[in-house]
Amino acid sequence: MADSLHIIFPDIPGLRNIETYMQHGGYGDTLRKVYSMSPVTVTDEVKKSGLRGRGGAAFPTGLKWSFMPKGTEKKKYLLINGDESEPGSFKDRQIFEFNPHQMIEGILIASYAMQIDHAYIYIRGEYEHWIKMVRTALADAYARGVVGPRMKENFKPSGDGVEFAVDITVHRGAGAYIVGEETAMMSSLEGDRGNPRVKPPFPAAVGLWGCPTTINNIETMTNVPAIIKMGGEAYSKIGDPKHPGTLLFGVSGHVNKPGVYELPTGTPLLDIINKHAGGVPSGKKIKLVIPGGSSMPPLRGDQLDGVKMDAENLKAAGSAIGTGGIMVMDEDTDIIKVLTRIAKFYWHESCGQCTPCREGTGWLLKLLQRFEQSNAREEDIDLLHDVAFNIEGRTICALGEAAAWPVRFTVERFREEFEKRVKPGLIIGSPSRVHALRNGGLEPVQVHVPVVERV
Amino acid sequence: MAIFTNEELQEFSELQKRYGAPAATLLPVLWRIQEKRGWIDSDAMEEAAAICEVPKSHVEGVVQFYTMFFDKPMGRVHVQVCTNVSCMLRGGEALYEHVKQHLGIENHGRTENGLFSLEECECMGACGGAPMMALNEKFYECLTTDEASKILIETQRTGETPTPKFVAQLPELSDAANR
Ligand SMILES: Cc1cc2nc3c(=O)[nH]c(=O)nc-3n(C[C@H](O)[C@H](O)[C@H](O)COP(=O)(O)O)c2cc1C
Ligand code: SF4
Ligand code: FES
Repeated sequence: MADSLHIIFPDIPGLRNIETYMQHGGYGDTLRKVYSMSPVTVTDEVKKSGLRGRGGAAFPTGLKWSFMPKGTEKKKYLLINGDESEPGSFKDRQIFEFNPHQMIEGILIASYAMQIDHAYIYIRGEYEHWIKMVRTALADAYARGVVGPRMKENFKPSGDGVEFAVDITVHRGAGAYIVGEETAMMSSLEGDRGNPRVKPPFPAAVGLWGCPTTINNIETMTNVPAIIKMGGEAYSKIGDPKHPGTLLFGVSGHVNKPGVYELPTGTPLLDIINKHAGGVPSGKKIKLVIPGGSSMPPLRGDQLDGVKMDAENLKAAGSAIGTGGIMVMDEDTDIIKVLTRIAKFYWHESCGQCTPCREGTGWLLKLLQRFEQSNAREEDIDLLHDVAFNIEGRTICALGEAAAWPVRFTVERFREEFEKRVKPGLIIGSPSRVHALRNGGLEPVQVHVPVVERV
Repeated sequence: MAIFTNEELQEFSELQKRYGAPAATLLPVLWRIQEKRGWIDSDAMEEAAAICEVPKSHVEGVVQFYTMFFDKPMGRVHVQVCTNVSCMLRGGEALYEHVKQHLGIENHGRTENGLFSLEECECMGACGGAPMMALNEKFYECLTTDEASKILIETQRTGETPTPKFVAQLPELSDAANR
């Protein structure tokens, strides 16, 4: 069963159509079960399942839901994050295309659990084609009365259930990676530039229009109906106990069969690459793997044995699960070039509010370009490391870390690659002006003079 | 020269009810303007500002912030080629250079007939289908340079972007589930 366990993508043809989805039990018994439970019990069930967020930080979902205030006068909102702009990540798009109704059903359940009456699905603007698919799915769901005001007629609460209806609105982004950050997404949805906000206050206290808001990823939502259907307990037994369920692994780069593979958490990384994604073309060796989207620390090809793909095991292996986007690079890859491209991305995407991120990302890029042109100094290796290290933890949002991690860990793990790109300099004796002023003499000191001029 | 019909204005005021404040409809309004006019000029910004009840300077800031909003005329078909890592590893840079040569324009440039504009873009979420090119909202994946040329020629000839050929993205599933 383990290998064929598909929670997000069950092997059902045409599941994107609402008829097919309903024929296979969608918008049916699971929802009726939900409306027989009290909202708190639904949240407890999700807590029991051990579900952790699929948007990058792997935060426990049930716990997040329980932060939402109960019995408040204010409106409450749910915001679903479909920005998916992290290089190497392309999984949520598959949900929009192949199983949008399960995502919508997940949103209904989450809204019920937190007693929210309006949810927004924010999708990156580049996905217009998929946005249309989601809009179609949503319109079909409205037409059947499973979403919107008519829910009250169609689903009567029983047992501990309460009367409930929720509206869902699809919102199109317009091209900005930073909007994937939760507070930036709130700014953007409100019609402003996508600038992240200082936390605290956290979204559960002050979110959209100053009201309590919960933000979850698309894949996180799509897991929820399965949890209610099979029970939190059963779900918690899938995959790794500390990070249960399946993950959508998007494998890209140097593999024979790139694509999205739904597998239980804890699946060995090398199995995903070799068994599922068809291995590296021409049987080449792996030089480096970025296991969770471009902002996660890269692993050396010789570090991969026994590495399992879930939050805790990957942390122990020196990286992080991120969005599960696995980028594979073979032995001929120019690591410096790859890293320079990554640095360019984060420099381009920094919103510019904090100095360490705005200036630091520019410096990382400039320094890396020196290495790319084999025009760096020996000291630049440590300087690069220093700049990266000094961005971390000193910014409003985690884009700072996203920019710094790949650089810092590549320097630490592939130092020899950087050493190869250092321009041999000349050591010449030259008079030191400081000494001259102080001692009235001219003492020669050793200075490293790069041979090539630089910009 | 008003941009929107009364029906459209009515539509926006309906849409505003779905949000906590009128300003939240700014992105939808700007998208509509760009669909109608191809780009967002100063007059349009003024109109958007009035509809969304924000100062015009706010609208200008928003237009500048998001890469997909154009503050100058672009091609009717906006061509984007991704050169981010997953694409780079599978020939994205060569594809970009090829498309650039083919169109004879620079990054952010526009062909003289106004049909095409070009952008070297960041990750489009199509890494599994690298290298990729997008013409407006259509994604063409697992491309060779020859195929890219064919697509561009076809677009030039018919004025319409061709339907992308199916690219298997979920080999774990049966074909039927894929499409
Ligand atoms: C710079 C940055 C970009 C992010 N981009 C995304 C994204 O594209 N999609 C996403 O779901 N989460 C993204 N996140 C994480 C979100 O801030 C948030 O943690 C997540 O959506 C929460 O959902 P989850 O708890 O279900 O994982 C990003 C975070 C940062 C700092
Ligand atoms: S860390 Fe960077 S992206 Fe995040 S708020 Fe600061 S400047 Fe903006
Ligand atoms: S890197 Fe090109 S689409 Fe993701």
